[in-house]
Amino acid sequence: MGLVSFFRRKSPWLLHFDTGGCNGCSIEVVATIIPRHDIERFGMQVRGSPRHADILVVTGPITKQAKDRIIRIYEQMPEPKMVVAVGSCPASGCVFYDCYNVVGPLDKFIPVNAYVPGCPPKPEAIIFALVKALEKV
Amino acid sequence: MTFVVPFGPQHPALKEPEYFRFEVKGEEIIDLNVRLGYIHRGIERALQERSYLHNIYLAERICGICNVAHTTAYCQTIEQLANIEVPDRARFIRTILCELERIHSHLLWAGVAAHEIGFNTLFMFFWRDRELVLDLKEMISGNRQISASNTLGGVRRDVKPEYVPTMLRVLNKLEKETKYYIDVCTSDRTILARCMGVGVLTKEDAIKLCIVGPTTRASGVDVDIRRDDPYAAYDEISFKVIIEREGDVLAKVIVRLREILESIRIIRQALKALPRGPLRTKVAPKIEPNEALGRIEAPRGELLYYAISNGTDKPERIRVRPPTYANIPSFKPMFVGGTIAEIPIVMASIDPCFACTDRVTLVDSHTGKARVVSFDELRGRRK
Repeated sequence: MGLVSFFRRKSPWLLHFDTGGCNGCSIEVVATIIPRHDIERFGMQVRGSPRHADILVVTGPITKQAKDRIIRIYEQMPEPKMVVAVGSCPASGCVFYDCYNVVGPLDKFIPVNAYVPGCPPKPEAIIFALVKALEKV
Repeated sequence: MTFVVPFGPQHPALKEPEYFRFEVKGEEIIDLNVRLGYIHRGIERALQERSYLHNIYLAERICGICNVAHTTAYCQTIEQLANIEVPDRARFIRTILCELERIHSHLLWAGVAAHEIGFNTLFMFFWRDRELVLDLKEMISGNRQISASNTLGGVRRDVKPEYVPTMLRVLNKLEKETKYYIDVCTSDRTILARCMGVGVLTKEDAIKLCIVGPTTRASGVDVDIRRDDPYAAYDEISFKVIIEREGDVLAKVIVRLREILESIRIIRQALKALPRGPLRTKVAPKIEPNEALGRIEAPRGELLYYAISNGTDKPERIRVRPPTYANIPSFKPMFVGGTIAEIPIVMASIDPCFACTDRVTLVDSHTGKARVVSFDELRGRRK
């Protein structure tokens, strides 16, 4: 392991984007930063700008409107970047799979490094996926 | 000279993608424009294509935060359609779940509001206590967020007698903490400076624009569906409707925090009066042609369901009017005349939930674009 990837592993910053979810996963993503779960133990922080982010956390099924935006946000992130799909929606569409405004799973548009199944998954599961994704750096 | 500040769709204030266009003159906001629809999924159409039983799971996922409110309203409307009486025990369990959800939603909102004014310590405190409520929800329904507890004709899971002592213990702790938070929010200078007199919605405006829920109660309008049109077991429980007169952000904070105390009282009464009996009645899959309207008080305000059946196992049409949709017109009187620094907290003050709202697209046209500030520039200002 080189020096650069060693440091990269120690302080990855997250960017959260909701592509049309019901908010259930979104609040579980936010719940990972509170005292009980505290992802800052792993050096992670949720940031507001794609230009600061290392890991993109996506929740929700991809709607027609959000598709272009998620691709644009992904392109704005600096390399190396990772994508974690939280919940069943970005993985398969969940209950919204046949809605007319939902265009399909996230991996049709951008590469995904880790999936977290569940509707919504518990914060522990999200942290586990983030740590797993980091092992690939 | 005015210029336009875009806000969103990916922005730091809210977790949901929405686009706001603020027209500003110096620091003052002259006008604003809302563009919704980033998370429009086509749920109403999908509701027509699934059976009544499948629709519970879809209605639940209209909004993850107020999922019990959505399923309660949905089940209630369909029960009206099919003329079904819900067992008493199920009505009380629905009340308990609805109130637990109100506590968790209000704590969540209070945390977000504290974050918007830059008071992150308070945000952590609120969300720490919210976990206690989620533990209770998990104990009763088996899931932290999406409870899947309501079903047509009753509820799926029981509140077992051994849960009651734990629930009462947690509620006592929450009551103590909430009283402390009310004390903090009414005396802390930082909070008062950021919230007092900011984003005022007058009583006249609130009535004229048909604003609902805590947002309107903070402006002195006395409405609450729980009292005005009782559902579940609210007619057998005594509680106060919380009203504040000022209409500013501080009043909205106080209303929500005091509602938590009322919710705790309601849950205590419901646990005490919990009748014995079955949890659900049987519902035939097909429903005769009929129409029904159900409304409940969701954490954010009045939630309305309208359904038409056509004799098959699928509904002809279901219309959902969530509270945030009714509250969006209040943005204009609250923002215009304010400053850019107030945008996040005032926007958060109506507790917007766009996951609910985005089944409808609202388009507003406007001209007068002069300069567009980039997202990064806007963020730089907020840091």
